[in-house]
Amino acid sequence: MAGTDQSPIANEQRRPLSPHLQVYAFALTTAMSIAHRITGAGLYLGTLLLAWWLIAAATSASAFADVSWFMESIVGRLILLGFTWALFQHMLGGIRHFIWDSGYWMDHPQREYLAKGTLIGGFVLTILVWIAAYTIR
Amino acid sequence: MANSSGSIRTPAAKVRHLGSARSGTQHAWRMRVTSFALLPLSIAFIWIVLGLVGKDYAAVREALGSPVAAIVMLLFVPTSIYHMMLGMQTIIEDYVHGEHMKTWALMANMFFCAVVGLASVYAVLRLSFI
Repeated sequence: MAGTDQSPIANEQRRPLSPHLQVYAFALTTAMSIAHRITGAGLYLGTLLLAWWLIAAATSASAFADVSWFMESIVGRLILLGFTWALFQHMLGGIRHFIWDSGYWMDHPQREYLAKGTLIGGFVLTILVWIAAYTIR
Repeated sequence: MANSSGSIRTPAAKVRHLGSARSGTQHAWRMRVTSFALLPLSIAFIWIVLGLVGKDYAAVREALGSPVAAIVMLLFVPTSIYHMMLGMQTIIEDYVHGEHMKTWALMANMFFCAVVGLASVYAVLRLSFI
């Protein structure tokens, strides 16, 4: 809220009151932190798809045909692909948080290794699951 | 937010000596517990879904109605829903600052989770028993 108050300190001499994303240099650890939150929010919305699928299966063959049609469409597949990646990215991000909770690997360069591992691991696991899915069907 | 009434008392001074609500770490702890439970449960969930790729309606019904799959889903759904309710609560508290808007958003979060969670659990039970 700088600028409109009666602070005796000139605007340009003030320090940021609440440092936020824009004052830090970009780092992979930053990106993984943001990705953790975004994938979490994405998975939140994704439960709607899971609920639709379960309710359709419990309702009737035609209801299940509708949800199957959507999931097998290009848009549906892209959403499911994104959901799979979000789940693995968030899962690995959670493991990273457990490691930090235990007090390990918070320093340089271990935290960078963890960030890279989260990013690469998320992609690799997603690809493996989709290869398995296409192999099974 | 602080001192909006013109008082010069700091927010800390206003609450000091009122006693704690004894729930300071509850959110963080429940987040950890549900996270930990979700590691195996998510893998089991992916395993179940992978086994259903390309299956027809009858096969999906039968698989989801089997005891092991149903029990995994009954553990996975409420745990993940509770976990995401806590997570979204944190997101709301971080970004929504107006008291009214925040209250509505927190309430909407709980309602969304209750509806999606109970609807999913109902569906899983129905697949098992009907």
